[in-house]
Amino acid sequence: MQIKYLEKDKLLFFSLEEEIDHHTTKDLRRKMDYEIERHMPKKVIFDFNSVSFMDSAGIGLLLGRYKIVNMLGGEVALINVKKSVKKVLDMCGILKLIHIYDDFGMKFNVC
Amino acid sequence: MNIKYKNKMQLEILSKSNNEAFARITVAAFAAQLDPTIEEISDIKTAVSEAVTNSIIHGYENKEGIIKINAYIYDNTIRIEISDQGKGIEDIEIAKQPLYTTKPELERSGMGFTIMENFMDSLKVESVLGMGTKVTMEKKIKEKTTKEEQIQEENFYA
Repeated sequence: MQIKYLEKDKLLFFSLEEEIDHHTTKDLRRKMDYEIERHMPKKVIFDFNSVSFMDSAGIGLLLGRYKIVNMLGGEVALINVKKSVKKVLDMCGILKLIHIYDDFGMKFNVC
Repeated sequence: MNIKYKNKMQLEILSKSNNEAFARITVAAFAAQLDPTIEEISDIKTAVSEAVTNSIIHGYENKEGIIKINAYIYDNTIRIEISDQGKGIEDIEIAKQPLYTTKPELERSGMGFTIMENFMDSLKVESVLGMGTKVTMEKKIKEKTTKEEQIQEENFYA
């Protein structure tokens, strides 16, 4: 996972690169929470561009981070979500809480 | 399994979380002989991952145990059986409810059985307390007909 923080916009970026399952979420959760506590971001973006597999452990991971960021007054969003990952996300209504941005690069000029 | 099958595989793994990827990739490779679409393969991988993770977290509660995976090919169908000798499920109907989890502290979403049910054509769960759990899933792989379908599948990851 690549991590990037834009101080100006208080924007924290997690570019995920691995398959997301119960095994990989243990490490991801620890690293993400460390960065979130350190920066107290206004917005946390999960970039799924390199993620070809995710099971329900990923839903737990995203919901958990959503709760923390939301508690700190921030927002969470997803970008570059592939159909196979979206199919899992669609199962549980998580997209009502966490939105997928299509035109993110244009909006923030960071991609 | 009583039905006459064309092919069979068997896999035994320790209940370690780094075997989750190994298990789903192995079953997906076995399913490849049915010429599935990328979406069908992805569905199978996800369902296997959910079942194996359940055995590790809930069946064995992160203690060491053996998970057995049997898969069969018959007609255009893959049948996958995943079993453990863990602690078993008290009430299967409750466990299958969407969002139900006994381990919210581990950030489990409670979507495992719902995903297995939706991504596969059938799901059967058998469990005896203190003896273990067996999950049986089947998925029929559709025959490819039109060029359009092939293009659709190629775009699945796009």
